[in-house]
Amino acid sequence: MELLCPAGNLSSLKTALENGADAIYIGLKNATNARHFAGLNFTDKKLEQAVGLVKASGKKLHLAINTFADADNWQCWQKTVDLAASLDVDALIISDLSVLAYASQTYPDLELHLSVQASATNSEAINYYQQNFNVKRVVLPRVLSIHQVKQLARTTSVELEVFAFGSLCIMAEGRCHLSSYLTGESPNMNGVCSPAKHVRWQETPNGLESRLNDILIDVYQPDEAAGYPTLCKGRFEVGDDKYHVLEEPTSLNSMSLLPELMAMGIAAVKIEGRQRSNAYVKSVTSTWRQAIDRCTNNTEFTIEPQWEQELAAISEGAQTTLGAYHKKWQ
Amino acid sequence: MKYALGPVLYFWPKDTMIDFYQQAGVSDADIIYLGETVCSKRRELRSKDYLAIAKELSTTGKQVVLSTMVLLEAPSEINELKRYCDNGDFLVEANDMAAVQLLSQAKVPFVAGSALNIYNHQTLKLLSEQGMTRWCIPVEMSKDKLQAIVNHCDNINIRDKFDIEVVGYGHLPLAYSARCFTARSENRTKDECQYCCINYPQGRLTKSQEGEDLFVLNGIQTMSGDCYNLSAEQAQMHGVVDIFRVSPESNEAFKVLTRLKQQQVIARANTHTNGYWHQIAGISSVVI
Repeated sequence: MELLCPAGNLSSLKTALENGADAIYIGLKNATNARHFAGLNFTDKKLEQAVGLVKASGKKLHLAINTFADADNWQCWQKTVDLAASLDVDALIISDLSVLAYASQTYPDLELHLSVQASATNSEAINYYQQNFNVKRVVLPRVLSIHQVKQLARTTSVELEVFAFGSLCIMAEGRCHLSSYLTGESPNMNGVCSPAKHVRWQETPNGLESRLNDILIDVYQPDEAAGYPTLCKGRFEVGDDKYHVLEEPTSLNSMSLLPELMAMGIAAVKIEGRQRSNAYVKSVTSTWRQAIDRCTNNTEFTIEPQWEQELAAISEGAQTTLGAYHKKWQ
Repeated sequence: MKYALGPVLYFWPKDTMIDFYQQAGVSDADIIYLGETVCSKRRELRSKDYLAIAKELSTTGKQVVLSTMVLLEAPSEINELKRYCDNGDFLVEANDMAAVQLLSQAKVPFVAGSALNIYNHQTLKLLSEQGMTRWCIPVEMSKDKLQAIVNHCDNINIRDKFDIEVVGYGHLPLAYSARCFTARSENRTKDECQYCCINYPQGRLTKSQEGEDLFVLNGIQTMSGDCYNLSAEQAQMHGVVDIFRVSPESNEAFKVLTRLKQQQVIARANTHTNGYWHQIAGISSVVI
């Protein structure tokens, strides 16, 4: 099973390599990248350096081209595919049908992975992408129970990649317009949910307020951990109740499912967090490396308390959940 | 411009639905979409019931379209989808690539629903070659983006291959999850939902702590808190949009359809928005 880690810059990429990543995924500093954070990501030149570093380590580099291509600027997606092919990037993670078509027709030998943003959650959708574009791997959205993942693994010959750890996206990825509804910027087209320029924090007599494009997402008391203001993690009112209507600020952690995921032949576990610090990449990569190695070599798998502590320290609100993998969450 | 009645996105009792579609048959809608698109646990009407209603409606001279589920996770849901796709009579609206796969394999024409991510002319070319005869644009798409795509479609000679539809009135579907938020609002899990959606025929309004309408809970679907209203924008759609869709909230939809067809503007209440069409936040509005 491949441990696939995030990198927002060359320094994080080196950290991931040093701490046991089998593969690393990155994105460019342009509109093709669904994690188009200011101050992060790779220029063409840095991409070339990244390819060199990863190849020298004998590991793999995946490039995310995972926004939906803009009609007026379609060549940008085309050129990014061309660049990746010319640099011999190991795999492209693509969501847009037209970009998949271009990549599969122009570079039949290039390994294509279906991005989570394409939201393929069932066997027939996967068949579509396999038959039309010869995708080798599908990244599953975080909406399936572990039982449903198992059913899919049994029925498809495509490799499956699942999210292992990091921010919990509770909506079917690529099909969530909550952020664009509040800010006007579309994650599907522009990248980034809850763009930083729309976020405002303000100390008030009521507590610490977080706002997204002036809309109140939550108010935190001094003893509460504050989450990033995404609409899905805010506290709102339904009837007479005020609560986290969609989800609490929490992170996904599926480490306890590792033996099951391995037994069903999941090709890769993906760590979320291309926007996160070097320290995060180091912590999560080394912890998951130990867990995967332990699970590979032992029939009895137990999670070490220090792994749990390590991961809790880098989790949103210091909380973790199995998310949709567990039916009770749903 | 043709006018379409979208599928009922909420969970209504069987009698309410049957009454609703009887009225739809004599309404001003040119096109009627129907089918369960949100949650497979909603079984007041099953696929055979929808097909029976579809047959009945087709005798009124209106075009009937079967609309399919957006988020398909279980093999049983794929089997249900196959029943819709194999119906043999009616056009099908594909709301997931699973439906595109089944319909294109069977070489039957289909509508690409707004939940499919289609944002450029090259994707439209590919899908029209696979059988797409109508494109309902993503809810977040603006007039300018749409116009740009249409211009590119003209340039590659595919504009006549499909119609373009806009959801122009009603609460907009914004997101889909594994979790049922209506059940959660009653402290229940999805497995133990007790079909509580049926108690909220227009979903559950969710407000910010400052009292602003934000969104509406509708089972696993999260909808806009405000009603999208592009009635005043109909003139701007001329030559670009072929079909204006009303997403029903109640029987009020029929009055809305009548007024739209008469080119009347339905005054924008402060709970109405038009932001997406004008390339600003969907929750915002501009005066036109």
